[in-house]
Amino acid sequence: MVRVHESTILNAPIADVWAILRDFNGHDRWHPAIAASRIEDGAADMLGAVRRFRLADGSELREQLLALSDRDHAFRYCLLAAPLPLMGYVAQVRLRRVTEGNRTLWEWSSEFQPPAGRAAELVALVRDGIYRAGFAAISRLLARDGAATGPVLAVERPAAAPGRTGVPRTRAIVVEAYGGPEVLQLRDVDLPPPAPGQVQIRHTAIGVNFIDVYCRTGHFSLLAPPGTPGVEAAGVIEAVGPGTFGIAVGDRVAYACPPVGSYAERRNMDPALMVHLGADISDRMAAASLLKGVSASFLLHDIARVGPGMVVLVHAGAGGIGQILVQWARHLGARVIATAGGPEKVALVQRLGADHVIDYRAAEFAPRVLALTDGRGADVVFDSAGASTFAGSVAALATRGHLVSFGQAAGPVGTWSIDALAAKSVTLSRPNYAHYTDTPDRLAPQVARFFAAVRQGHITLPQPTVYPLERAAEAHRDLEARRTTGALVLEP
Amino acid sequence: MPRVYVSTVIAAPVAEVWRVIRDFNALPAWTPFVRDSRIEGGLRGDQVGCIRNFTLRDGGVIRERLLALSDYEMSCTYAILESPMAVTDYIATLGLVPVTEGNRTFAFWQADFDCAPTQENDLIRQIGGDVFQSALSALKRQLDGR
Repeated sequence: MVRVHESTILNAPIADVWAILRDFNGHDRWHPAIAASRIEDGAADMLGAVRRFRLADGSELREQLLALSDRDHAFRYCLLAAPLPLMGYVAQVRLRRVTEGNRTLWEWSSEFQPPAGRAAELVALVRDGIYRAGFAAISRLLARDGAATGPVLAVERPAAAPGRTGVPRTRAIVVEAYGGPEVLQLRDVDLPPPAPGQVQIRHTAIGVNFIDVYCRTGHFSLLAPPGTPGVEAAGVIEAVGPGTFGIAVGDRVAYACPPVGSYAERRNMDPALMVHLGADISDRMAAASLLKGVSASFLLHDIARVGPGMVVLVHAGAGGIGQILVQWARHLGARVIATAGGPEKVALVQRLGADHVIDYRAAEFAPRVLALTDGRGADVVFDSAGASTFAGSVAALATRGHLVSFGQAAGPVGTWSIDALAAKSVTLSRPNYAHYTDTPDRLAPQVARFFAAVRQGHITLPQPTVYPLERAAEAHRDLEARRTTGALVLEP
Repeated sequence: MPRVYVSTVIAAPVAEVWRVIRDFNALPAWTPFVRDSRIEGGLRGDQVGCIRNFTLRDGGVIRERLLALSDYEMSCTYAILESPMAVTDYIATLGLVPVTEGNRTFAFWQADFDCAPTQENDLIRQIGGDVFQSALSALKRQLDGR
């Protein structure tokens, strides 16, 4: 066993230091090496609590709380999983009061069993990279807070104008009760400073998606009235709460994730799933395409694995996601058949490079697909329409074909017997966006793949139709009436 | 049970400080208020159970028994057997902790005892200020910067 013992004197009362260190899950708010931390379940001061945290270099560790004493200002913990061989690592943090000068002694010590020949290297890493780096960070934090009575971490105040109560306000679309487009009403709402772990973003462009319609009508339970819909936007970070990492005031970002609330001038949210924008991606473009582009990315690569020689049918090829699917599937080498409603949309999808475009208003699409493929059918069908197309999509499939049903623009798919799928050995997928994008690790490769495809010109995004935020209802009406091609955005 | 706790930081390596305070018979060498001291019964000054018998500059006599001595933790614990102070069940610990940043030493001195409630505040002030703090301040003056 080797032992590491480091200690320092902090110019702060013991209660101030303990208030910071006591939180077993709070180390990501002060330790420079730690990017993010969470407790696996239960409370952070419960014995046995496991903190799972990520270092700045991306590696993950798990540590378990073994003992915690508020009387002794001490806690012990052990390492459960780590990228380094710190075998049997048990550590202790302990504070003691220095009555002379009302200061604090902080001891941080551990014992562990290093592999042969690596003791010096690992001791130095623990001593310098963890303990001494932690001492320096807390010293700076306390110096910045001056004579503060508590561990107040700096919070940058938002620029939003304060209301009569003193709480800053912002403009937002509020749904008071589920209903038609008319329930989308502009209101002034409170906007407090961002809480710990949150940032405040000023939106410059807000994506409008069919999921927003489902939230407005109550078909999805993501929005509980009164609430603000919207899961996609781009903008600028205006304030960061305590304990946020990897993001700073002034950063240009976009996101496409729950919780709802993007139909607003400003909002507070967890930045974990925010994406930094490069100079070549405009705010409007990001807000219009991130959700659709990420969806297309996992639909084409993870669910259907589209490749050369495959026949792919894309419903609503002129729609926001349809346009991306058509172009990207073509680039991947597939033969693309798309549907669209009316000659203008048909012409548009033809310009995007689809091999065949079927005007579903003029003809049944399933027989046309079979005719275009010598009776064989499509290997993959991407169906976001739901009720009106499901049966036809199955009919248009080839043997061992794959039906990817990922939306219900025309109403819920309804109830079907799976027995009919056996006639063609059909594979049916019903993906949920969140299950492919709910962690930074899952989201990042999809975003990178989509932006790369845009930068390399494999996908050309049309300019979105822009509505002022207060006319969100009109945007929904147009979307639901299929009056639009491409994407819609709101601008505050 | 009242507790007195006093602590300070000495700008000297912990081994230097421990060398001075480890000797249970050495109070005259580093405290300002002890005139002379001896260990009863011819025992060594670091033998657990030994009794130091010392005279204060004001003439008072105190007898204390060494209860524990740890070179690993750098602390010693002792009990008062006889003293001019109106305390009972008095047990004190004097200990050191290395401050690795700056190679300094944290020193603490703490005592638990019983006494008449009316005397509690006076005794806490007397033991904490006149004894522990003044001794630690003298130790600092002697060792700071070594």
